[in-house]
Formats: sequence, structure tokens, C-alpha cells
Amino acid sequence: MKALSIHNLKKTYRNGFEALKGIDLDVETGDFFALLGPNGAGKSTAIGIISSLVNASSGSVSIFGHDLFKERSKAKSCIGLVPQEINFNQFDTVKSILLNQAGYYGTPRKLAMQRTEQCLKQMDLWDKRDTISRRLSGGMKRRVMIARAMVHAPKLLILDEPTAGVDIEIRRSMWKMMEEVNQQGTTIILTTHYLEEAESLCRNIAIIDQGRIVEHSDMKSLLARLNVDHFVLDLAQPLLAAPELDGFKIEQIGDKILDVAVPKESGLNELFKQLSERQIQVLSLKNKTNRLEQLFMDLVDSKTGRASS
Amino acid sequence: MNNLIPFRTLVVKEIYRFVRIWPQTLLPPAITTTLYFLIFGKLMGDRIGTINGASYMDYIVPGIILMSVISHAYSNVVSSFYSTKFQRNIEELIVAPVPNWVILAGYVSGGVMRGLLVGVVVGLIAMLFADLSIHSLLITVSMAILTATLFALAGFINAVLAESFDDISIIPNFVLTPLSYLGGVFYSVSMLPGIWQSISMGNPILYMVNAFRYGFIGISDIDIQLSFLMTGGFVVLLTLFSLYLLHKGTGIKQ
Repeated sequence: MKALSIHNLKKTYRNGFEALKGIDLDVETGDFFALLGPNGAGKSTAIGIISSLVNASSGSVSIFGHDLFKERSKAKSCIGLVPQEINFNQFDTVKSILLNQAGYYGTPRKLAMQRTEQCLKQMDLWDKRDTISRRLSGGMKRRVMIARAMVHAPKLLILDEPTAGVDIEIRRSMWKMMEEVNQQGTTIILTTHYLEEAESLCRNIAIIDQGRIVEHSDMKSLLARLNVDHFVLDLAQPLLAAPELDGFKIEQIGDKILDVAVPKESGLNELFKQLSERQIQVLSLKNKTNRLEQLFMDLVDSKTGRASS
Repeated sequence: MNNLIPFRTLVVKEIYRFVRIWPQTLLPPAITTTLYFLIFGKLMGDRIGTINGASYMDYIVPGIILMSVISHAYSNVVSSFYSTKFQRNIEELIVAPVPNWVILAGYVSGGVMRGLLVGVVVGLIAMLFADLSIHSLLITVSMAILTATLFALAGFINAVLAESFDDISIIPNFVLTPLSYLGGVFYSVSMLPGIWQSISMGNPILYMVNAFRYGFIGISDIDIQLSFLMTGGFVVLLTLFSLYLLHKGTGIKQ
């Protein structure tokens, strides 16, 4: 069964802005799915409609087989939402935020208490259960949002930029938590601006731009399409100008630093062979950009006709 | 889904909210009404004498209690729901499978509970100044509940339509307060000159105050059945309008 099935979904706002121009999207049960797109592409509108925060203009949304517009209650019961912005009552304690949320989903009190304890422990927040939420750090507030979304044991968890603005340590611990939740059987849809996050966590991906899905495939085959990797080389000796190598595009970005575009068919061995022939000694190298970021830019630019920067 | 659990969750949350901030919600009406009873009832009332056979203090007590019920039932819902909207935690309720009528019933019940609790507090204070007697407990309690429900609904509509904190203070300051003071709380409508009597009959609060007063001392300027019919009619109208706004997502959905 599909966790989420969207067909010809359209949304035009009152000011005439067409945020979604008829998107189709399927997410399989148990998937860890990335929904990516630049700002204003329509991601938040799509998530808003799935979570009932935005009224659709037309189209259909089905969640675990329940039509969102006809079987609203059953469809909604399957969803847990972690929105972009902190939206819990900042004057409530952490525990009461979760207990209230469980209550809204009809969870009996005793079970709600058990689930609250379980989710807060999983998010490493149990010792903060009686703290007024506005006194928590930014990272803790983000984790409260995830715990809140999970307290009614949803089958589909939607995370809308859950790691925005948190430091790398917390981000990585949140990735671990999300992976654990997915391994326990919860389907996850993730939107993020950190493309390395999507690359390392998600198995399938859709890219949305200007209200249209411009790519919908699995992560491996999408990344396989990338035929050029960019590397930054640190050299032992300074160069006056960038060397000219057969089959490689090279840009000098410092006295001893080169930016090299390496086509997959050439490979690094060929690059180092040609550098050795010119007595250029390399001290170290690093991957310049995230691979998905490169693909993302290529896809968005080519399919919408924008010039690549 | 069992709708009783989300309803109970909302009501408990609302009651906890106004009890937690009791210095803002329960203490001010106690102080204000003590001053009313002292100044209008005791100091001035002794010189005014009786109205329709009742002492001035006995005459004004029901009106002052109901005035407190009205303003607190209204302000509880308008401030709570607007804050929920403003902080965006209304999204918790929209995303969850909570039917619109449960959201409305939860917030309105919270407002009614605060209105009635304030009414009890003011009633207890009134007992320090007057010998309160009950002519009809059924009429007193049912009119208090109906009135609190009506103004909790009005507060809900105000909060749904409000786009700023200014918008939630306009109605209480410029509509509710004047209507309450001109609703026969401190005088009998029969004491007014002809034209003002007719104008006063257009004030719905006059009907509620008189029915509530009848419940205490058995005196009313207005037909009691008409009061109940009108208040009940308004409750039905505002309930339907509130549900329509929630269904459309006015002010809370894009």
C-alpha cells in the first residue's frame, strides 16, 4: 500500500499565485522520502495540503488508502507533522505539550502517558519533561516538535526542514533519531535545504520547482546520473597559472589551490598521471560540493530553463 | 475516533490556562465588583431606596454578577483562541483529526467555565453586602449558562476574524462595555424616558440581565420567555456562524 498518493494536486492562492500546477507523487510504505526544491517552489504548500493546513484548489490526496477530503479523520490519524517553525504553546511544559497532542488524537490518558514517556526518552528529553518549553534551547525545541509528532504513533511522519538552524552535532543526532524511527516502520517524508541530509538519509526523492515535480526517482539512480565530480586540490608549490590538462576543466582559486572538474570516464588516476607529468605535487584533495547539490542545481536549472550560475 | 477525549483535553487545557493565571483572570473581577457593591450598592444605594419593591443593593447584584459572567466568558475565548492563532499552535488542532464542532465546543466550554466561576466568585462577594435569595434556581442557572455560552461564542468569532491584538480589544471596549452598562444593570428600564425605553429594548443584554434578576428576586422589566427565546436564538445563530467560519478555515487556513 502507498503511504501517500497525490494526483493532479493544484493550489492557487487568493492573490492569483499558482503554487502547485498539478503534481503527482507516490510514496511507498516504509520509505524515507526526500521532497526537495528551492524557496517558493511549492514544497510547503504541498505539505500544508497533506496536513490540512492549506485548502487544495483541486486534485486528490490519499494517505494509506484514505482519501484526505472524504475520510478526513482516518487520513489525518495516520499523519504526524513536524513543521518548519516552532508552533507549540511556549508556556506549556514539555510533558503537557505531548499529552495534549495525544489527547487531540483520541489517545486514552494512560496510553498517552506511556507514549509521552517513550517519545521523550527517545528524543533525550525525559529529564526536561516538567520544563516550561520556552526555556529550552533551539535544538531541544526542535526535538520536542519531533516527539510531539510521534506521540500518537503516526504511520507517516512529515518533517518540514526539521534541522534548520541547529548546530551540526544536534543535526547528526537528529539524523540518527530519524533513521531509528524509519527503521521501526514509520514512513518519513523529509524536506530540507541540507542536501547532504537528504542524500545520506533518503532512499527516494522528488524535486519540485515552480509548482511542478521536475524529478521523481530513487536516490541511487539519480546520483548515478551525475557524471562530473568537483575536487579542490591543495598543492605543494604555488603555480603562476592553472595547468591545461586533457579532459579536465581546471580553475585556479588560489596560489596553491585548484578546482578540478573530473568526468567519471576519466577518473582520478588519469588526473594524477597528468599532474605528475607536469611535476605538480598534490598534498591533499577534498570533494568540493555535495553530489546531490550539484544534481539539484542541474535539474532545476535545465528543467526550468534557468541559466546555471 | 472517540471525540470525548479531544474535547476533554481542550476543556482541561482551557480551565488550566485561566486558573494558572488567576491574578489576571479571577482576582480583578473580585476587586472591581467589591468596589461596585461598596460605592453603588452601599454608599449610593442607601440614598436611592428601592426599585420595583427591592432594595437597590438587591436590585443591582444580579446584573453585576451577569455583567462579570459576560465579560469573562467573552474575554477568555477571544484571548485564548487568538493567542493560539498568533502562536500558530492552532495548527496542532487543525492537523489532528479533531472535528470542527469539538474545537468550538472545547473553547466555548472553557469560556463558559470561566464566566460561571467568576459569577460564583462575584456572587460570594455579593453575600458580604446583601442577603442573596434565589427565587428560581433553574432560571438563574440556565440564564447564566446560556448568556456565558452566547458571549463565549461571540468571543470565538471575534478571535477567528481578528488579525491583530487591537482587533480583539475593539468589541469588548466599544460594544460589550457600553451595552452592559446600558443593559439595565444599575436601573430599571421603566425609569427611562419614552424614547430611551424603546432604544433600550434593542439591547440584547437587557433581556438577559432581567431574566437573570428574575431568577434571584422575581422582578423583571421583560417577559422571561422572550428573554430565553432570544438568547437561545442568538446561541444557535452564532454556533452556526462559528462552524461555518471553521469549515471555511477563515483566519486559520490559507
